Amino acid sequence: MAEAYLRQGVLDHLHLDARAVREPGEARVALCERRFVGKVSLRGRPTKRFLAAVGQALGFEPPVAANTAAGKGGRAALWLGPDEWLVVTPPGSAGETAEALRAALKLQHCAVTEISDGRAVIGLSGARAREVLMKGCPLDLHARAFKAGHCAQSTLAKALVILHQTSDQPAYDIYVERSFADYLWAWLEDAAAEYGPAIVQG
Amino acid sequence: MFLIECPWCGPRDESEFDCGGEAHIERPADPAELSDEAWADYLFMRTNPKGRHRERWVHACGCRRWFNIERDTVSHRITAVYRMGRKPPGRR
Ligand SMILES: [Zn+2]
Repeated sequence: MAEAYLRQGVLDHLHLDARAVREPGEARVALCERRFVGKVSLRGRPTKRFLAAVGQALGFEPPVAANTAAGKGGRAALWLGPDEWLVVTPPGSAGETAEALRAALKLQHCAVTEISDGRAVIGLSGARAREVLMKGCPLDLHARAFKAGHCAQSTLAKALVILHQTSDQPAYDIYVERSFADYLWAWLEDAAAEYGPAIVQG
Repeated sequence: MFLIECPWCGPRDESEFDCGGEAHIERPADPAELSDEAWADYLFMRTNPKGRHRERWVHACGCRRWFNIERDTVSHRITAVYRMGRKPPGRR
């Protein structure tokens, strides 16, 4: 890992900090980059033994229901497939999370890979956040179908994304491959323009 | 545009999927024993029915899993979705 003072967010070149407002106030859409979110790819068949070992390492079991997320203490596991999860951690703790998973899963057939820098995370929230997503995403995002605790892989403005709804506000975390982050940010600002988006601290 | 029922994710937009062509084509057990013609038939020749067709699809922009679909090539009506390794449902 790079020295902390050398680390740069994926969107730092946009100088979002300088545009960020302290109080988003009445903004109907708020956008931010969540910098340095830790990410660990976890693969394995969800046997009882596997789920228990992961539960021991994380403090919660990974969800087996498709397109749902579980979490505790700042960490979450997002279902990506029947034998695949994305474990997200606070900045700087992906390494220790991966180590804990490897130790708990010792001798089990699995794969634990730190992939923190592969994707950027864009936070999108506010009363009209859902409408912004609906402009470019084929998912059924109606509050009845997609709620807090749901996640899905899909496309947003043709970019592959992992979408995680973190609250019913609504608020979403959008995981996008690093090289698409600049493009997707520009698209989001444009799509949100009619709602007067506020850029906030990540 | 139509909806495809991913066996894992449920109904999703067609744009999230890729089609992998005809399903249930088995690799010959002993390719060395085949004539060039039989080998070419296995590699390249596919049925192209007007009507029900069994195809492999992958949820490329979603869970990235492969599965089988029975689809009417005229109406696009999907009459069955079943996982890899499962037998196709009997024709009605
Ligand atoms: Zn799927």
